[in-house]
Amino acid sequence: MTTVRSAPFDGGGRREGRTLAVTDLSLVVLVGSTGSGKSTFARRHFKPTEVISSDFCRGLVSDDENDQSASSDAFDVLHYIVGKRLAAGRLTVVDATNVQSESRGQLVRLAREHDVLPIAIVLDVPEAVCAERNATRRDRADLPRHVIARQQRELRRSLRSLEREGFRKVHILRGAEEVAAAEVELERRFNDLRHLTGPFDIIGDVHGCRAELVALLVRLGYEPRYDEAGRPVGAAHPKGRTAVFVGDLVDRGPDSPGVLRLVMGMVADGDALCVSGNHENKLGRHLKGRQVKHSHGLAETIEQLAAVHQEEPGFTARAQEFIGSLVSHYVLDGGGLVVCHAGLPEKYHGRTSGRVRSFALYGDTTGETDEYGLPVRYPWAEEYHGRATVVYGHTPVPHASWLNNTICLDTACVFGGKLTALRWPERELVDVPAERVWYEPVRPLAGEAPGGHDGRPLDLADVSGRRVVETAHHGRVAVRAENAAAALEVMSRFAIDPRLLAYLPPTMAPCATSERDGYLEHPAEAFAAYRADGVRQVVCEEKHMGSRAVALVCRDAETARKRFGTGGDETGALYTRTGRPFFDDPAMTERLLGRLRGSVEAAGLWDELGSDWLLLDAELLPWSLKASGLLRRQYAAVGAASRAVFPGALAALGDAAARGVDVEELLARQRERAADASAFTEAYRRYCWPTVDLDGVRFAPFQLLAVEGRSLAALPHDEQLALIDRLVDHDGTGLLARTRRLIVDTEDEASLDAGIRWWLDLTAEGGEGMVVKPLQASVRGPKGLVQPGIKCRGREYLRIIYGPEYTRPGNLARLRSRSLGHKRSLALREYALGLEALDRLATGEPLWRVHEAVFAVLALESEPVDPRL
Amino acid sequence: MFLTISTTGSAEYPATDLGFLLHKHPEKAQSFATSHGTAHVFYPEASERRCTAALLLEVDPVALVRRGKGKGRGGPSDMALAGYVNDRPYAASSLLAVALSAVFSTAMKGVCRTRPERAAEPLPLCVGIPALPAKGGAAVVRALFEPLGWTVTAEPRALDERFPEWGDSRYVALTLEGRLRLSDALRHLYVLLPVLDDAKHYWIASDEVDKLLRAGDGWLAGHPEQKLITSRYLSRRWSLTRQAMERLELARLAAADDSEAEEIDNAVDETADTEERPVPLAVRRREAILGALRAAAAGRILDLGCGQGQLVGELLKDARITEVVGVDVSVRALTAAARRLRLERMPERQSDRVRLIQGSLTYTDTRLKGYDAAVLSEVIEHLDLPRLPALEYAVFGAARPASVIVTTPNAEYNVRWETLPAGRMRHGDHRFEWTRAQFRHWAQGVAERRGYGVEFSAVGDDDPEVGPPTQMAVFSRSDASEGVAA
Repeated sequence: MTTVRSAPFDGGGRREGRTLAVTDLSLVVLVGSTGSGKSTFARRHFKPTEVISSDFCRGLVSDDENDQSASSDAFDVLHYIVGKRLAAGRLTVVDATNVQSESRGQLVRLAREHDVLPIAIVLDVPEAVCAERNATRRDRADLPRHVIARQQRELRRSLRSLEREGFRKVHILRGAEEVAAAEVELERRFNDLRHLTGPFDIIGDVHGCRAELVALLVRLGYEPRYDEAGRPVGAAHPKGRTAVFVGDLVDRGPDSPGVLRLVMGMVADGDALCVSGNHENKLGRHLKGRQVKHSHGLAETIEQLAAVHQEEPGFTARAQEFIGSLVSHYVLDGGGLVVCHAGLPEKYHGRTSGRVRSFALYGDTTGETDEYGLPVRYPWAEEYHGRATVVYGHTPVPHASWLNNTICLDTACVFGGKLTALRWPERELVDVPAERVWYEPVRPLAGEAPGGHDGRPLDLADVSGRRVVETAHHGRVAVRAENAAAALEVMSRFAIDPRLLAYLPPTMAPCATSERDGYLEHPAEAFAAYRADGVRQVVCEEKHMGSRAVALVCRDAETARKRFGTGGDETGALYTRTGRPFFDDPAMTERLLGRLRGSVEAAGLWDELGSDWLLLDAELLPWSLKASGLLRRQYAAVGAASRAVFPGALAALGDAAARGVDVEELLARQRERAADASAFTEAYRRYCWPTVDLDGVRFAPFQLLAVEGRSLAALPHDEQLALIDRLVDHDGTGLLARTRRLIVDTEDEASLDAGIRWWLDLTAEGGEGMVVKPLQASVRGPKGLVQPGIKCRGREYLRIIYGPEYTRPGNLARLRSRSLGHKRSLALREYALGLEALDRLATGEPLWRVHEAVFAVLALESEPVDPRL
Repeated sequence: MFLTISTTGSAEYPATDLGFLLHKHPEKAQSFATSHGTAHVFYPEASERRCTAALLLEVDPVALVRRGKGKGRGGPSDMALAGYVNDRPYAASSLLAVALSAVFSTAMKGVCRTRPERAAEPLPLCVGIPALPAKGGAAVVRALFEPLGWTVTAEPRALDERFPEWGDSRYVALTLEGRLRLSDALRHLYVLLPVLDDAKHYWIASDEVDKLLRAGDGWLAGHPEQKLITSRYLSRRWSLTRQAMERLELARLAAADDSEAEEIDNAVDETADTEERPVPLAVRRREAILGALRAAAAGRILDLGCGQGQLVGELLKDARITEVVGVDVSVRALTAAARRLRLERMPERQSDRVRLIQGSLTYTDTRLKGYDAAVLSEVIEHLDLPRLPALEYAVFGAARPASVIVTTPNAEYNVRWETLPAGRMRHGDHRFEWTRAQFRHWAQGVAERRGYGVEFSAVGDDDPEVGPPTQMAVFSRSDASEGVAA
């Protein structure tokens, strides 16, 4: 596929120009003497930012574009800029004379360093024309004629050697007319299939196991097509899915030609794509007549091909052509999926060079071989941090498992394992067992996938500095360096073991500020917000006033060790909003987890949810349990000071009034203030009560976040609460507290009134308030993700937040000018990160991937936002 | 916030002269705008025998918060949540002192044109402050006022009668009685109210030293608690405001957990500066570490958990050491270390040898690979026990320096610290303190698992019964070509 970038002016009946093919990611080197029209050519065919000229760089370093003494520095700058552009994957054009092979050599090296194609476009214009053009330019009028002559000589000498120098395409334009008439056409790279979105079924190393391949294709829903001899020659999926082969179709197995025939047919019909494996590469070299060792199962393939040749003489030639056409990797589905044979680090995705091909075919080999004579490979996937999912094969493993957004599908079918496919974008694994051991492995299969389930220990580079976390629900979420630094400190010094810290709760925005007399927050605003977002059914949930707690409950210590890789006897974890252990005493944590486990057990949720662990979001009461330090030093202190000061002050004012001094107004105001202070004290007192060990402690769960293999964050809240209610109902210890709720229809006035009344009653009896959530939990509106919850805090509760006297009309008027934008944005970003962490946890991604999202929530919590919101 | 000043008198010397001395008429209620709210002066009683002036400051709580309004981001203040609900409207704090000086400025100077003789002589005075925040409690209140001639009654106020287990608040109901000149009494209050309050919210101007000298004229110089008074009065200017600026992110994370910033932002102990007042044990520990490093012939050294950089400074004095990397997780500690080492003013050749970086020992870190030695001096005990395997992997498994030196307190020795209550640890942030046997068990396990040899030594006087105060382990990587010279 090509795009015509520009059509040069074709007036005056000039002849149709030549079309120059330029790969869309390449380094285009213009070659021509001064005055040959390179800059004009570049301007006509490329974007201004794509063209880096030596004159411009001379100007940058010396303020004079013609200062030849600045050339050395100017080219340093030029190479630097070109390098940055190529690293970023941008087409780049170098506008310099480039008539000397040394200067071109530097550019070819630069292109190779960044694994892009170097392309030369030569502007071979007669000396006289160049000289004439220079003469009309004031800044070049003094240029000695011999300079042009020398450049012309050098250019001539260069023409024949350009391809040898490493240019993969060479376009030579002869004469000013041809230069003027040429057109540039951008060509897509062979590996760039981003426009294909699938869905795909990516199939691991087949190695001649034709029967297993057909079985797998059938399981995937493909309908095989057979020739007269009953040989499968194609397979199409009724729903238009595309199979993608990771290579190594041939060698070792019983029917390599049969596999080739089927895959070639599918590729030809557009039902499949295929990248080259190292075995195809070697077979291709053999077929071209090169000397290769007939080891690792090639001998079998050669024999089988010879047998096929008897009845189907053209087959080998077709196979050779097919193998010759295979590219090393494909970038698919908008850039989100990369398929290759042996894996590929992100910097090589979509790149074209010998070393990219070599990596894609053979992996990152060290040059050493192990005791079985097999090459030793660097575990590139362990360090993979890329955005695209990389699906590959090559290294036989017992089971396909995810590691850092990569997965190896070579499950050793030919060695008696299984043939595995990955459905994309569903990310489902489908496999069929091998019919038998077709080939004895040289080396016993590795016990685990590369990096194992955990991947590897956490590395500082996973979390520190400015970072961007890709989230499925809210795009890229950025974390600033100073916030990451604070999170690192808290995470390292205070948080629990990250392996048990699979989630941190996001912050939540309050409703829009109410204008009603006496209220700063009111449910009407929350309902209106959801109605505006098109959310009809919302659930109002009682907001418990204690401290946020997340509980990871495992069936037993063995489950914790197996699933979360911890080493101790803990059966889970109980931690705060910032990941700190809720109780200092681990035994107390265990006692609480034990009670939760009892409820889960009694409610039969282990079996029902098919999980040996679950993650609960909850509020732990009373507030005084965790916040007693803060309560004593701050909140109770305010109350104490007010109770100390007002009796005396009111008495003094009363005495003064009795003497006839005019203090009536002041006295009345102080009485009101005293009443406010007393209301404040009452407000915090409601959330305090004494506890002894777990006696008096209440745990109010309101969401079941995740279980094995499944994030439950998107489960509708009525279903959520039904599960939670069963937990509460099966608690025999008095620990669990129920969360009251009411479902409201945001389009129904009577329902809205009922919601408001419910909130007024709830808060009148001392409740903190409520959280309004879309019943469907996770909702996208026209503007993207909708707030997962909006809190409406009660009038009395807010005294704790805004101060005892906030309800006085003058104070309320000023407090209403609060800005919610940042808080809302923060709430959405943290929510998306939370969902991301749960998704990653549920799909069994390695620890660092889960931790990345969890850490980002903690970092965002240190962003500056009005803490009263 | 509220205070009363009373005096008694007779027909000859009527108590109502107080009105002249204060320049406020006893039959009127007057109001004055001050920077933090409105101050009201009125007299609950005014007779020949007894006259009481009351000062009531109505602090505007919303304005108080807005004063601290932060930069950008919708403009809320950079305060932690708890800062928005505070005792300023009720307690007799520095704000009241400011109001006192504004409303009674002439009286404070002792100037009274109508009754000059009464202004110059001591009067029987009684000052009542019902809610006085008093850091240090009633004892400090007495220590501050009694030397000035006051009879002090300071009764602690309960935090909350509903929850007696919470104990007393930091407020006392204060009554001062004595024969003093009114202007002296006012100046005592002006200085000592903020000293007792010792709060963060008070804003201090640059001319505060002058104000202190003026208000303390004649009484502060001879006060037995002069040092406490001046340090509390002036100390807030630096450390607290700077603290608030530096680690707001941490303060927010503390607030998210309903806890206070000090609880997590405690990596730098500002009260214990070991450079100015060297603790002999710290010096001996550093000597022991330097000795072990020399024995290992280490040239490139990691100081993991470098804190305020005391050891880094010592290491730089040794020319054989070519590179020192100080790593700490606390940005505040690193800032303090850079200041202590005067990094910015160091000559280039010297500063090229040292780097201070934020890092965490519970994460692997490629920047730490390839060094000759790593020092973990008084570090491991600041980690929760379950996190030690992560540290072990990061240091011994991933960074793998040829030598690792670990020091940690010997818990057995704690009985020898006279000031340390039984069962307590030496530092509030210590998560554990090990006996010699526990430390050896851990260290030998690490050595075995990670391919190191380990030797132990004592730092400080080796008590025959309980061992030394600090224990040290020197690990040498088994495959390192040049092992530690024994």
